[in-house]
Amino acid sequence: MTFLTVLLLPFLFIGLINKMKAVYVGKQGAPILQPYYDFFKLIKKGEVLSDTSSFVFKIAPSINLACTIVATIILTLLNFNGDFILFSYVLALGKFFSVIAAMDTGSSFEGMGASREVSYTSLVEPAFFIIIGSVAALSGIHSFRNLYALIQTHNEIVILISLLAIFALFMMILIEGSRVPIDDPKTHLELTMIHEVMVLDNSGVDLAFIHYASAMKMLLFSTLIANIICPQFWWAYWLVLLVIAFLIATIESIGARIRLTHIIEYTFVMISVALIVMSLVLLVMHGGHIA
Amino acid sequence: MDVNMNILEFKNNQKIKRADIPVMDFESFSKKILPYEVRVINLFAKKEDGKNRLYCIFADDKNKKLFLTTTYVGESYPSLTSSKPCLHMFERLIYEETGIMPEGHPFLKPVRKQDGNTYKFLESHDTQTHEVAVGPVHAGIIEPGHFRFLCNGERVNHLEIQLGFQHRGVEDLLKKRPSIQLAESICGDETIAQSLAYARAMESLSNIEITQREKLIRLIALEMERMAIHVGDIGAVAGDVAYSIGANVLGVTRTLVINTMLELSGSRFGKGLMKFGGVNFDIDLTMRTKILNMLEEVCDRTDKMVEAMFAHATVISRLENTGFVGKKKAREIGLVGMAARAAGEEFDARVFDDYEDFEITTMKTGDVYARTYLRYLEIKKSAKIIKNLLNKLEDTETEINNKRFSLNLEPDCFVFSIVEGWRGEVAHCVMTDKNSYIETYKIKGASFNNWFGLALAVRNNQISDFPVCNKSFNLSYCGFDL
Repeated sequence: MTFLTVLLLPFLFIGLINKMKAVYVGKQGAPILQPYYDFFKLIKKGEVLSDTSSFVFKIAPSINLACTIVATIILTLLNFNGDFILFSYVLALGKFFSVIAAMDTGSSFEGMGASREVSYTSLVEPAFFIIIGSVAALSGIHSFRNLYALIQTHNEIVILISLLAIFALFMMILIEGSRVPIDDPKTHLELTMIHEVMVLDNSGVDLAFIHYASAMKMLLFSTLIANIICPQFWWAYWLVLLVIAFLIATIESIGARIRLTHIIEYTFVMISVALIVMSLVLLVMHGGHIA
Repeated sequence: MDVNMNILEFKNNQKIKRADIPVMDFESFSKKILPYEVRVINLFAKKEDGKNRLYCIFADDKNKKLFLTTTYVGESYPSLTSSKPCLHMFERLIYEETGIMPEGHPFLKPVRKQDGNTYKFLESHDTQTHEVAVGPVHAGIIEPGHFRFLCNGERVNHLEIQLGFQHRGVEDLLKKRPSIQLAESICGDETIAQSLAYARAMESLSNIEITQREKLIRLIALEMERMAIHVGDIGAVAGDVAYSIGANVLGVTRTLVINTMLELSGSRFGKGLMKFGGVNFDIDLTMRTKILNMLEEVCDRTDKMVEAMFAHATVISRLENTGFVGKKKAREIGLVGMAARAAGEEFDARVFDDYEDFEITTMKTGDVYARTYLRYLEIKKSAKIIKNLLNKLEDTETEINNKRFSLNLEPDCFVFSIVEGWRGEVAHCVMTDKNSYIETYKIKGASFNNWFGLALAVRNNQISDFPVCNKSFNLSYCGFDL
């Protein structure tokens, strides 16, 4: 069920955000299904490849998409010890390919975008592992199921841990999904882009795959949040997704993007929250006594 | 300044016999235009009777005076740029157009011609520095221009701007077939300012006196153009920092102004309003109410939106201390118009115009914030000016004249017409020959001075802040390329 949602509905999620953003500023906006139309339009189109790029550029979008689908399977269908480590590094593999594909074009823009993407998203990784690792230590379950277990523990501090973890994960969505205040998905200004500038050379099916993979990634992280909040009820999952879409749309409508140099501070906030989660977990485990 | 025999003081749009234009020797010429308080508006060269003559129009802004002087030079002359850097563009243009060599000019690259083999971009051999080339084809639908950044990581060390891709030969076309339609098309967002400068110059040369009512309607249109573009530009700055509510609300508000212009003149940008010898459309009572209602609505919306926008910490943190050009720098490189006033320079070509009790609005800081906030102040002032002008309109004769005038220029005359467009001064300089044909038509818009200001503004800034710096200046490509 969740697997199919993440696989089929990522564009609905994006379309919903776009619609909410449009309504926010008093516009009618594009149809909610517009990202699907764009996707199928791109699938039908031919491709333009530059002479200077090699096979890496050609295969990277497919690998990126494949990695994202594998990560979806790991999160939603499989369940084994250490699955979150595989999850994270499968996604990292996908990102590695999109970065070297951007470098492969030899364009000064795309190199710039690649360096930005790497410097900001690499800081997502420590925060992610600190949170999941702490929760694993707390529950004794070394897989994503520990997130489900979190809510079952009736303890005030655990609620606090959940809230902080959700907050940090939400900050991750904004970075991984290249949303405001980190990146502006709507801008046409090459020099300010982070994610978009890396895919300037892509067209046709490859571009469709890239859009698909990045939309899916946003939904994946949202699913993680939903798993913490309410793993039992299917309707709660949908509700959480709606709330996340609404939050993203609100942030994008009423706030400006932060300066590129200040993104590093944003990631530090995320890591700090993760560290607080870890401290709280230690507090719970040792009952406030120093061992 | 002491006005001696060799400098002619004149009024805006005043017709001057070419025989009355004074000549100085080069040495005293270079001494006269070097002092700080003198602001050169235009400097150009022209072949006359086999000799090269330099024309210099300059202003004493404090005393609201315009001056003209000329000098003869040979095939080369010692460059004035080294002692007065703001002349560097003028001298490059003189060299490109006439081949007169300013000896010792530090960077004699063509202004509009593209010749990548002879004139290389500035290069850096530092291994830490990398180049980023943007344009002339951009990701958005904007005009062509090439920007070459020398960057150290994300920091811009140097920016070189190469323009000229839009060169249409406007000045030559205006010489051969002068028409108001052509003047309107010099630069799309300065339609009113450009056509006004053209019309005034031509009317002065043809000895046509237009009525007070027509003068007022022209000024109303000019101020409406200023409002429309400023509102749109604040919205565009908001869009560049991804503040989408500001971008959308102000974008809609701009439409109110240009739609009123559409009702007035049949074109959202005011094309067709100006005519040689007056205006084509009158502002009657219903139009007057429409404009007043529009002003109220626009001011109300802009007040609310700008207040919210500038109270927002994320917006302010993007705008403040970004793209800084201080007053000293602005004076040195000769910034004009709104960008100069944002740095604290106190001049505005509207003091040479028919406005009564005009007061100059300035900001001090000279960053993107100042340039954006100054736009807001100018919107409010323009609204006030329009209201005053509409009141005065009631006291004038009730109708505009519907006569068609034919171009009947007086021979051997010189006229200089300066209008403060929203971007800055628009200066047209026309000279006729003895057969009443136009011999010289020189246009200088604010973009000519200010592109270099943008290049300086982004120095030591983040390369990702370039778009918002660029938008805060919002310079014209075609107004520069001509």
